[in-house]
Amino acid sequence: MNALKIDKGTSSKSAYNIRSIHGTDEERHTLAVIVANEPGVLARVIGLFSGRGYNIESLTVAEVDHEGNTSRITIVTTGTPQIIEQIKAQLGRIVPVYDVHDLTVEGPSVERELSMFKVSGTGDKRVEALRLADVFRANVVDSTLTSFTFEVVGSPEKIDAFGELMRPLGLTEMARTGVAALARG
Amino acid sequence: MVQTMSGAKMVVQALIDQGVDTIFGYPGGAVLPIYDEIFQQNSIRHYLVRHEQGAVHAAEGYARSTGKPGVVLVTSGPGATNAVTGLTDALMDSIPLVVLTGQVPTFMIGSDAFQEADTVGITRPCTKHNWLVKDTNDLSETLHTAFHVATAGRPGPVLIDIPKDVQFADGTYTPASKIKSHYKPQVKGDFNSITKLVELMETSKKPLFYTGGGVINSGPPASQLLRELVAGTNFPVTSTLMGLGAYPAKGENWLGMLGMHGLYEANMAMHDCDLMINIGARFDDRITGRLDAFSPDSAKVHIDIDQSSINKVIRVDIPIVGDVAHILEDVLKVWKSRGRKTDATNVKLWWNEIKDWKKIRCLDYKPSKKVIKPQYALERLEALTKDHDRYITTEVGQHQMWAAQYLGFNDPNRWMTSGGLGTMGYGFPASIGVQVAHPESLVINVAGEASWLMNMQEMGTAIQYGLPVKQFILNNERLGMVRQWQELLHGERYSQSWSEALPDFVKLAEAFGAKGILCSDPTDLDDAIMEMVEYDGPVIFDCLVEKHENCFPMIPSGKAHNEMLLSDTTLDGAIDATGSVLV
Repeated sequence: MNALKIDKGTSSKSAYNIRSIHGTDEERHTLAVIVANEPGVLARVIGLFSGRGYNIESLTVAEVDHEGNTSRITIVTTGTPQIIEQIKAQLGRIVPVYDVHDLTVEGPSVERELSMFKVSGTGDKRVEALRLADVFRANVVDSTLTSFTFEVVGSPEKIDAFGELMRPLGLTEMARTGVAALARG
Repeated sequence: MVQTMSGAKMVVQALIDQGVDTIFGYPGGAVLPIYDEIFQQNSIRHYLVRHEQGAVHAAEGYARSTGKPGVVLVTSGPGATNAVTGLTDALMDSIPLVVLTGQVPTFMIGSDAFQEADTVGITRPCTKHNWLVKDTNDLSETLHTAFHVATAGRPGPVLIDIPKDVQFADGTYTPASKIKSHYKPQVKGDFNSITKLVELMETSKKPLFYTGGGVINSGPPASQLLRELVAGTNFPVTSTLMGLGAYPAKGENWLGMLGMHGLYEANMAMHDCDLMINIGARFDDRITGRLDAFSPDSAKVHIDIDQSSINKVIRVDIPIVGDVAHILEDVLKVWKSRGRKTDATNVKLWWNEIKDWKKIRCLDYKPSKKVIKPQYALERLEALTKDHDRYITTEVGQHQMWAAQYLGFNDPNRWMTSGGLGTMGYGFPASIGVQVAHPESLVINVAGEASWLMNMQEMGTAIQYGLPVKQFILNNERLGMVRQWQELLHGERYSQSWSEALPDFVKLAEAFGAKGILCSDPTDLDDAIMEMVEYDGPVIFDCLVEKHENCFPMIPSGKAHNEMLLSDTTLDGAIDATGSVLV
C-alpha cells in the first residue's frame, strides 16, 4: 500500500479547469462553413456554439449556390488554439456541413462587412460627419435636415473606427451585417 | 417502375427494405396511420413497451447486442419527449438508432396543437441528425438516408419527425438503391501515421493498448484484429467500460478495466506507460482523472473515427482518424512487413512491473458469512453463468462498476451498459431488447433496486412477449454510489440516498406473472442463482446485500491514476475541496 501515498490537498487542479495547459492565448479566427441549405442547419451550428460554450463574435449566412443548394456561413470566433481546433472538428461532423475552412490559417483572406450609421446633428458637427464620411468612402443613403445615414463597407476594424469617430458627432443608431470573408487568389 | 403509396406505407416499406424485422414502440394519435400499416403486414414485429423511454433503451440493447440499428416508433408530444433520455444516452455511447416520431399535421405545426412539441428542436442536440419531413415525396429518401447516417462513421441516434398528413398523403417511393448521400466519413487511416505508430511499437519499452467502445462499434472483425495484434506484440491491454469484451477477459494480456473504478494494475499501467495506443476510446473524464497528471511520460496515439475526439481532452502525438478495423488491419500489415519487431526484453520487464501491481489484488474485499457482499454475489453469478451463452446489461451505480469488475466478457456485444450518460433505468429495458434479439440466450440485467424501479413498468413487456430476462437486483436499500460519495465528500450526511418504502420484489414479480426469488443468506446464493438461471421466464431476483459496502478501487475526483484508493482505510481526506466540485 506504500504506492498509495495520498497527501491531503495535493490536487489544486481538476479535470474541468486545467484545459488551458495547452495554451491560454485566445485567437480570433474566421471560419467559412459550407452547408446544405436545409431547414435547421443554422440552428445546428448556433446550437453547437451555445451548447459547448464557444464564442461567436460575428455570424453571417446566405445561400450562395441555388443549383447546388448550399449556403455559406461565415463565423468569427475566438478561443485558445485547442478550442478553435475543437470548433472546426465539431462543425465538421454536423451531417449537413460539407466543408469547414479556417480562413485565418489557410493563407491570406479578405474580410468585409457592411454597416449603416445614423448620425443626428446640425451645424459644425454635421459638416464634420460628412467630411469624415468622405474620408472613409462612406455613402450617404438617407438624409434629412437633421440627420445622415451613412453606409460603410470595409473591414471590421474600419467600421469600428468609423463608429468611434461618429460617436461624438451625434451617432444615434448603427447596424452591421457581420463579416463576409473569402480566401485571396 | 414508379411506386406510389401513402406515407405510412412508405415507412413500413422502407423499414423492410432496410432489413428491419423488429421495432419497439408505443402508439398514439399522431402515428395511427403507421400503426395501421404495421397491423396489415407480417414482416416487421412490433414490441409494445410500457413507456417510450423503455422503447429507446430496448432498441439500444437490441442494437448493441446485434450491431444492427435499433428502430423505435413513438407518437408526437409526450411520446417524443419521453424518448429524449434514450436518445441522449445513445448519442453519448454511439449507438445506432432510427427513431420515428409522429407529429401533428403540417398545417397545425406551430399552433400549440394537442400533443404538439417541437420535436426536431428538442432533439437536435441529442441526435446525430434529425429531420422533419413535410412532403410525402421526400419521406422514403429521408428514411433511407437516416439508416445510412445512423450507422456510418461514428454511429448514433437519428430521428425522423413525420406529420400525420404526410403519413396519410400519397407520394412516390424511392428505393434505397437510388439514394446518394454526401455523408461519407473517412474509414481508412492515414498511412504515414500508421507507419509512425508501428515505429513506436517497435521501440517502446512500456507499451499499452487502451481500447474503448469504438472497437465494439467497428464490428467483430475489429475485435479479432485487436486480439491478433495483442497476441503478436505481447503488449498489455486495458479497456474502458464501453469496450469490455473486445479483448477477452480470459486473455493473457488482459489488465482489466481502467478508470475511476478500474483495476489498480490497469490504472498504474496507464500512468507509467511510455506508449499509449488509444483505440476507439475518447479520454473520458472517468478515465483520465486529473488531466495534468495523466500518463505524463507516454507518447500518445489516438485511433478514432470522429475527428472531434482528437485533442478534445488530451493532446495526442499521433492522431489516426478512421475506422478501427480498417486501421488495425493496416497496422498489422505494416508491422508484419517490417519484421514483427518489438523490444521484447523491455516489454518483459514491463510485464514484471505489472505483475507486481497485480499482487496488490485490488478486487479483494472483506468476505462475510452473514450477509451477502455484492462483490460475492457477482463472483457467484460469474462462476455459475460464465459458460452460458450470456448477455449482461446493467443499470447505473455501484452494481454497474462491480459488474464491470467481477464479470468477465470474452466477446464483443455481450455487455450493454449506460456509460456516457449514466442513465439509471437503462438496464431493464435494454435487457428486453437484447432478449428480443437473442431469444435463446441467457440475458441478465445486473441492477440496483433504485435504478431498477425507474423503468419497472417494462415487466409488462417482458411478460407479454415471454422474454425470460433475469433481473438480478443487488438490493442495498440505498442509492449506493450516491451514499458512497456522501460518505466521502459530505460528512456522512446521507441526504435522500436511501430507498424507503421498497416493494416486496417477490410479490411484485408474482403480480406481473413472473417469478420472484429472495435471497439474503450467502449459503443460499448459489442455489438461488441456479433457480433463476433455470427458470423459463422472467425472474426478479431480490438479492439483499451488505448495505454500506463501498466500491473500490477508486480514483477520487481530481486525483491521478497513481493515487487510487484501494479500501475504506485510505478514505480520510481523500478528496479535497477542488476535487469535490467534480462529479
